Amino acid sequence: MSLHAPLAVEATALTKSYGATTAVAGLDLAVPAGTVYGVLGPNGAGKTTTIRMLATLISPDSGSARVLGHDVVTEADAVRAEVSLTGQLASVDEELTGRENLVLLGRLLGLSRAGARARADELLEAFGIATAAGKLVKHYSGGMRRRLDIAASIVVTPRLMFLDEPTTGLDPRSRNQVWEIARALVAGGTTILLCTQYLEEADQLADGIAVIDRGRVIAEGTPAQLKASVGTGALHVRLLDLDRRPDAAGVLERALGPVSLQPDPAVLSATCPDPARAAVAVAELARAGIGLAHFSLDQPSLDEVFLALTGRGAEEPPGSAPTLEEQTS
Amino acid sequence: MTTVTTDADTAAVRRAIAGTERPPRPGPLQTALTFGWRGMLKVKHVPEQLLDVTVTPVMFLLMFTYLFGGAIAGSTSAYLDYTLPGLLVMSVLFTTVYSGISLNTDLTKGVVDRFRSLPIWRPAPLLGALLGDSVRYVVAGTVIIVVGVLLGYRPDAGVSGALAALALVVVFSFGLSWAFSVLGLLLRSPNAVMNAGFMGIFPLTFLSNVFVDPATLPGPLQAFVEVNPISILATASRSLMAGEPDVPAILVSLAVAAALALVFLPITTRLYRSR
Ligand SMILES: Nc1ncnc2c1ncn2[C@@H]1O[C@H](COP(=O)(O)OP(=O)(O)OP(=O)(O)O)[C@@H](O)[C@H]1O
Ligand SMILES: [Mg+2]
Repeated sequence: MSLHAPLAVEATALTKSYGATTAVAGLDLAVPAGTVYGVLGPNGAGKTTTIRMLATLISPDSGSARVLGHDVVTEADAVRAEVSLTGQLASVDEELTGRENLVLLGRLLGLSRAGARARADELLEAFGIATAAGKLVKHYSGGMRRRLDIAASIVVTPRLMFLDEPTTGLDPRSRNQVWEIARALVAGGTTILLCTQYLEEADQLADGIAVIDRGRVIAEGTPAQLKASVGTGALHVRLLDLDRRPDAAGVLERALGPVSLQPDPAVLSATCPDPARAAVAVAELARAGIGLAHFSLDQPSLDEVFLALTGRGAEEPPGSAPTLEEQTS
Repeated sequence: MTTVTTDADTAAVRRAIAGTERPPRPGPLQTALTFGWRGMLKVKHVPEQLLDVTVTPVMFLLMFTYLFGGAIAGSTSAYLDYTLPGLLVMSVLFTTVYSGISLNTDLTKGVVDRFRSLPIWRPAPLLGALLGDSVRYVVAGTVIIVVGVLLGYRPDAGVSGALAALALVVVFSFGLSWAFSVLGLLLRSPNAVMNAGFMGIFPLTFLSNVFVDPATLPGPLQAFVEVNPISILATASRSLMAGEPDVPAILVSLAVAAALALVFLPITTRLYRSR
């Protein structure tokens, strides 16, 4: 046991393979109790597999993990008694009504019939689903379904909650609501382990972040530390003339640093530590006579975090980091 | 629609989070019964499923009785007497495929993940589902018997004979449903389960004595039909309806059901735990 702040999750060298695919490859994780901890990674990084091991749904091939002090393999039942899982698929029963879903979970967790009904109504009201309480979940919108899913996870407030990509596919308004709910949970004392593909989401919610790639933690820190290592944002420019791409890349590289290519060949992006430097870069482009159709500055995306940390984009297979020369020649 | 009713209310969420204390865990029986309640709700909300499985046997009943009945048995009423107990078997056995389909739906929608992350008695979701299933079996069986009676079928053993036959077929289905549950946990989609399930049960039903007396069949086929468990179950069902119980056929049917459960129930629970 740690002498410092108690750890809600403590994983050491976790691995899990599916046939030839290594989903999780020696993952270490330390989540302090009472915080939101973000696990950030691209598709296939092993986020869901990690959560499934920690929530005792599958057992690791090797390594060990303790959740709230209980071993996930030998004391799985004790773990289940204190955690909740909000999976990547909104795991609610589509053929039941929203209310029935919540009553079902209340009963399974030991509430009396009346108690389960009262709790369901309280949650439906709080989560803004009361008007659709009697409708089958298959008719719900994505945002409502996700809120119901989270409500289902707190029928009895858990000490630790796993949230797996809670806002993927939601519109900004629904996403904000989910974030508000997560904040309320933490304020109430629940620890949250949040898996996400969005740096912005981790930034909004998490106190600490682990970036994972191919089943391993490749960076760890507070959102501020992580962003500082990446730059505060990226400058995107869209060229008027495709032939000027090598020149433009040269200018941006001198002004800002490594340039990443976008699917659209007319767009170039470069990470950018502060907006003033972006303005300088745009001015430099103008001085070089390179016409721009458009430019914009934004928050670093996961892709840029990956570029900064691994030298390749999030979606590219290892060993294929494109260089400008390769793509333009 | 006003925004007030479709948004989460953060203050209320905070209150809802603060207000709970973990209640004592429910016992295995209550947990299984709760899952049974879930099964019943599905029967209520998705009656189409029931319709699908009852319509096919009713169609067969009408088609075979009026199209081929005279040719096969001399008269439609004589054929109805022969085939109805077999159609009862067909109707209920078809329904068992849905055990696999609904299990697969739970799996692919992530509902199984939620159940498996709960601190509950592990076999409860599977055993509870049987309750909903049994309602489906009874309804499917009752529909075919009632349609038969409307068409003029009169079991010699009356209501009690029909009930006994129905009970036997339902018990057999409990055994068979585990085979489809295994399919449900192995295949990728509910549709794949449906296709594979019916691909198995359909030919087996036709290569039985449900529709024709095997005495009229060529040798090797006749041999197969006679050992086909569905034939034996149909024979047992016929004998119960007729009020002359064929004890060996009944015992063999029950033994087959027990064997199916013995083989497939452990596989189901293991797959359910590890998927
Ligand atoms: N049940 C499984 N069978 C086979 N391969 C699997 C299974 N589950 C995961 N994988 C593989 O393991 C790797 C990691 O998957 P995982 O779902 O953990 O990633 P993820 O980070 O959650 O990705 P996403 O953002 O797409 O949800 C992937 O290559 C995936 O194909
Ligand atoms: Mg995932």
